[in-house]
Amino acid sequence: MEFGPHFLLASLEGAVNAAVLALMAVGLSIVFGIMRVVNVAHGEFFMLGAVLAWWISSLVGAHPAYGFVVALIAAPLIVGAIAALADHFVLRRINYDPERTIVATIGLLYVLQQTTLMTFGPEARPVEAPFNKRIALPWFEKTAEGFSMYWPWGLGTTTYKLAVIAAAAVILIGLWIFMTRSRIGLIMRATQLDSEMALAYGIPVDRVYALVFGMGAAIAALAAVLVVPIQQAHYLMGHDPLLLSFIVVIIGGLGSIPGTIVAAILIGMSDGIISVFFSPTVAKILATLLVAFVLIFRPQGLFGKRVA
Amino acid sequence: MIEQIRTSLFHLLLIAALAGLYFILPEYHSGVLARVMVLAVYAMGYNLLFGYTGLLSLGHALFFAAGMYGLGMAMQHLDLSSSLGILAGLITALIVSAVIGFLALRTSGVAFMIVTLMFAQAGYLTILWAGEYTRGDEGFVIQQSQRVLSGIDLSDAGNRYFAALVLFAICLFIIGWIVCSGFGKTLVAIRENEERARMLGYNVQRHKWLAVIASGVISGAAGAAYALLFGYVGATFATVQYSIFPLLYVLLGGAGTTIGPLIGTVFMFYLIDFSSELTNAYLLVAGVALILLTLFAPQGLAGELRKRVMPWLP
Repeated sequence: MEFGPHFLLASLEGAVNAAVLALMAVGLSIVFGIMRVVNVAHGEFFMLGAVLAWWISSLVGAHPAYGFVVALIAAPLIVGAIAALADHFVLRRINYDPERTIVATIGLLYVLQQTTLMTFGPEARPVEAPFNKRIALPWFEKTAEGFSMYWPWGLGTTTYKLAVIAAAAVILIGLWIFMTRSRIGLIMRATQLDSEMALAYGIPVDRVYALVFGMGAAIAALAAVLVVPIQQAHYLMGHDPLLLSFIVVIIGGLGSIPGTIVAAILIGMSDGIISVFFSPTVAKILATLLVAFVLIFRPQGLFGKRVA
Repeated sequence: MIEQIRTSLFHLLLIAALAGLYFILPEYHSGVLARVMVLAVYAMGYNLLFGYTGLLSLGHALFFAAGMYGLGMAMQHLDLSSSLGILAGLITALIVSAVIGFLALRTSGVAFMIVTLMFAQAGYLTILWAGEYTRGDEGFVIQQSQRVLSGIDLSDAGNRYFAALVLFAICLFIIGWIVCSGFGKTLVAIRENEERARMLGYNVQRHKWLAVIASGVISGAAGAAYALLFGYVGATFATVQYSIFPLLYVLLGGAGTTIGPLIGTVFMFYLIDFSSELTNAYLLVAGVALILLTLFAPQGLAGELRKRVMPWLP
């Protein structure tokens, strides 16, 4: 394949990456923004979403679309409930102390991951997409007699991948409306600004925290259900997205949702494109070093305005 | 002065007890204990930074791996002897920790954790990337004929045990000396109240930097010793998991105590040993232990001991 079509293909893959990454990172970002804690177990909530999607769709049987729709609703709810319980029984008891929370969520990471290993097993399992039609994409070429259109072999995408991008956009817009227009969103933002003052005004901060932690996990699980027909469910699948969403959240500015989305698109796209053309290991080394240096020299993130 | 003598006596007794254990324990357990002592040195290095200075690093595997690969690469590719190999390992760890410390200490708190985590991850990926020399995930074996230190064959179980004990003893005395010295007291002051320490005129940044270097070199020594005693160098030792292990050992044993890391390592090692007989998901135990510790015993075993029975514990 020539460079042009190849690049288009890489960008399409990158866009799917970016969509999933944006969801995942926004989940991490609202937890950090409102509760001021870093949730290291976020990747495991993603993994749990994918594993539950497999379990639910194999339980429902029938047409794959039914199973998928049920999973799309049930998996985030279950994962969100697990996260809210973890918040209630662990994080609340250590008063959301930032360092102890990291240690506790590392513990939670192992508990979730290893429990999945014991029950789900070490295999990777596929989930069938509800619809999956290949679309071949045309490419334009300038020849002697002007532009001509042709279909290069291998250049194409599937309806499902496009649907994932659209779904991610819809969910992100919905989340933004929820945070800025709804009463619960207002309460969450009030808690973010000053949790003690919010408590004084009668906002049940404990319940808000449990809800936020559950919501962050549920968004990660939602991203996983969307991605699992493309990528199989596996008990270690949470590791890479966790690292990438850390990178995104930091580059975008800790706690800033618009910054997170911009950074997710930037990093998801470039990760997709770079790993098509270069070695993925080099891409990852550069990305991790970039994060470290951004944190050292620009702690508010590339897009953050406020000095942290 | 009294404090220093009491600390030294206590440490001497501990080392004598460990030496005696070799003659009592069956072969399997003395083998385990040799490994535990090397990993305890790693945890002691970690504890100097986490327990005494109050800096939580999530990237110590980088220093462990620096020592390990410093020794391994020097012996594998430059055909150096083991003593020069150890030196190479220590120097590598010194350089790596000085650079990382210089950069990472510009941040604090959660940002420090993430920066160290990212640097360690970059280090791990670099080891994989340079697979031609490091053999990546697969790692390489240090030949038995090379594992000889001043005429002593370190692949022999008995020699290995006592070599590990010597390393452990040296590091224990160094750390005992550091924490009783003015330098160590300043580190504790920084942990307790950084602002106040700065106001009293201490150069906080410089103290922290020296603490990172001391911690990194001790962790590197453990890495080099691990490679030499057990004859294997691999990228597994640079993964995030190996950054979390010393945190786990120290939390379990007791942060800010000299013997905590050893207690924690012994405890965790046998806990994992026991649970891996029951299930292949042995890390579940590590996870549960971490959660329970943060909830109920943030001081760890030795910390509880100090609180209840022996307030003089160093």
